[in-house]
Amino acid sequence: MDLPEEEFIYPGTRACAGCGMALIYRIALKALGAKTLVTVPASCLTVLHGMQGFCSTKVSVYHTPFATTGASASGILASLEDKGLADEIIVLAFAGDGGTTDIGIQALSGAAERGTNFIYACYDNEAYMNTGVQRSGSTPLGVRTTTTPEGKDVHKKNMPKILEAHGIPYVATANAAYPLDLFEKFKRAKEVKGPKYMHILSPCPPGWGYEPKDTILIGRLANETGFWPLYEVINGKFELSKPSKKYLDSSKRKPITDYLKSQKRFKFIDETTRKIYEEYIEHVWNEIKGRLENQ
Amino acid sequence: MTEIEEIKTNINEDLMILTGNHAAAHAFRQAKVGVISAYPITPQSPVVEKIAEFISEGKLKARFVKVESEHSALAVCCAASATGSRVGTATSAHGLELMYEMLPWAAGNRLPIIINLATRSLGAPWSVWTDHSDFITIRDVGWIQFMCENNQEIYDTNFQAFKIAEDPRVFLPVIVAYDGYILSHTMMPVKLENQEKIDEFLPPLKHHINLSDITQVKGIDPVTTPHVIKRAEGTAPGYYEYRYALQKSLESSIDIIKEVHDEFARKFGRSYGNGIYKTVQTEDADTIIYAMGSVASQARVAIKQLRKEGIKIGILSLKLFRPYPWDDLREFFKNIENVIVFDRDIGYGYEGVLSYELKSALYGLKDRPNIKGFIVGLGGRDVTTEHITTGVHRALNEFKQGLSTNKTDFLGLKLDELYDYDESTYFTRG
Repeated sequence: MDLPEEEFIYPGTRACAGCGMALIYRIALKALGAKTLVTVPASCLTVLHGMQGFCSTKVSVYHTPFATTGASASGILASLEDKGLADEIIVLAFAGDGGTTDIGIQALSGAAERGTNFIYACYDNEAYMNTGVQRSGSTPLGVRTTTTPEGKDVHKKNMPKILEAHGIPYVATANAAYPLDLFEKFKRAKEVKGPKYMHILSPCPPGWGYEPKDTILIGRLANETGFWPLYEVINGKFELSKPSKKYLDSSKRKPITDYLKSQKRFKFIDETTRKIYEEYIEHVWNEIKGRLENQ
Repeated sequence: MTEIEEIKTNINEDLMILTGNHAAAHAFRQAKVGVISAYPITPQSPVVEKIAEFISEGKLKARFVKVESEHSALAVCCAASATGSRVGTATSAHGLELMYEMLPWAAGNRLPIIINLATRSLGAPWSVWTDHSDFITIRDVGWIQFMCENNQEIYDTNFQAFKIAEDPRVFLPVIVAYDGYILSHTMMPVKLENQEKIDEFLPPLKHHINLSDITQVKGIDPVTTPHVIKRAEGTAPGYYEYRYALQKSLESSIDIIKEVHDEFARKFGRSYGNGIYKTVQTEDADTIIYAMGSVASQARVAIKQLRKEGIKIGILSLKLFRPYPWDDLREFFKNIENVIVFDRDIGYGYEGVLSYELKSALYGLKDRPNIKGFIVGLGGRDVTTEHITTGVHRALNEFKQGLSTNKTDFLGLKLDELYDYDESTYFTRG
């Protein structure tokens, strides 16, 4: 499959070299097209969009305060309905993990519960990167951030599951390192009526501590070790996505150590924490197996 | 025709008996608001209940986004306004405080959003009764702020608010406030105007921002630096220039507020002073009671008694609280001898806000009046005629002795009834 050639982000944005989010955003807009209206809270994407009076994208962008992404999408949709334009324009909310799992969770939950017809994409770089790498509810266990100098003491929040519990028609996980899978998921989400939630792992060179050239490599390791499985839940039906399918067989998975050793943020992880990681991954996959068998 | 039948024929069929909240809801209906978003809070809730009823009965075509908090309510309003719809909401006290982050956002974005505020005191401790604490705490965020004294005024001020907010010379959000319970839940006759006349007065919104025009590819509210930025594509103002424009718009809006008020008065035959403040028996007065909303209403009763005592007293009831009508107040008070201010609020750590702002506004006047401020009626404590007359007597006595102080003076406190309360010293210290 070929991705559309048209770009919706102008060259030369303010994103860091090797930014996973920039890649995700580029693919998302290719899938959704020119008639997309984006709402964005305070985040790295605010930086990518550029400064005063100039915008690095070809689509309309509304910047909204940190906690209000979900509500702003509802507001835009309500106004589009008021003007009879709701069927013509796609509303995309694009927020980071802090803006989604922490400060924005209430507004997102409200928008999901109200059935707002929008796509909410959370690009998960697993900490507050834009403000200088502070821990978020989505930071994994053991990760060193500026507010967890000895490593975070709890696992990351399972946000896709929380959204699934809202009974919305489309939930998916994705990964910046699998652009075709990502593209197809945005395409599918576009066709579904109602709230759509996508949680996308977004490797971050400065925040995670690796070379910018390795973003795809690191993202792939997250999948290959079984740490971040890719799946979709469409109208309640769970489906494992192609790039993750073979890791149902635990013997196919790479050791988690490969992932943990590839990034400086994991530097404090000791043998005990490594074992907890192995158990965590086992638990995640057992749950997936259970779901596949029971539906 | 019998006497009763004659009365009936004189009743205007548009005259309804409405609470303040329902007067606000009818105004939203007739202003043809496109998007409403609100969260329930006492004593505002009947506004949005009534709006929901209008929508379900097909009397209003608005989209009503029923959100999970007031923070989201105003976030919805901001986004919907930026997408080009006429929008509004209603709230009280803690709801307004939860909206706080979005208030300067709406002003900075120059979004013509209307909030109806049924005033209520701020916890702790919990109180659902009125004072003006919620209203005054948002005075520095860039909204136009009106205070109303009766239900007809609530209805009328809403149309003026939309017209002012949407004027291309203004483009600012407006808050229309009225005392919780005292107006929000009290029924009064309200004349509802003919829809065609309302439509003539308030044509559809022509917005300066319209996100739904997706050929307009500029990002709204990107990061804006302290600098003016020049690029090949053009020059962009810095944050400082944006905020300068906001302030200048507020300053110049006073003339437009008067203009819209006068236009409304000519069209509908009802006026509210000069649209900035209302006066009662001020023509021959040397002493003025200065207050807002429910307090000014109560003073209307009190001055009858004070006049009988021979005091040449009148009332200035402030309708426009922000932008602060500095020029108008200086002009009005320049020949007045005494001003007694009754604040149903406190700028905690200083004194009543109306009081200290008036002192500041009159600074430098050649013959500045004596000014004394009182605190009254916090948390819904009744403001009685006796409180007002006591305040006026005490103030005039102090002025005679040449006393002047900014120290707060509370009327209607009942500390003497707390003598056997466990923590009585906590309440009586100082």
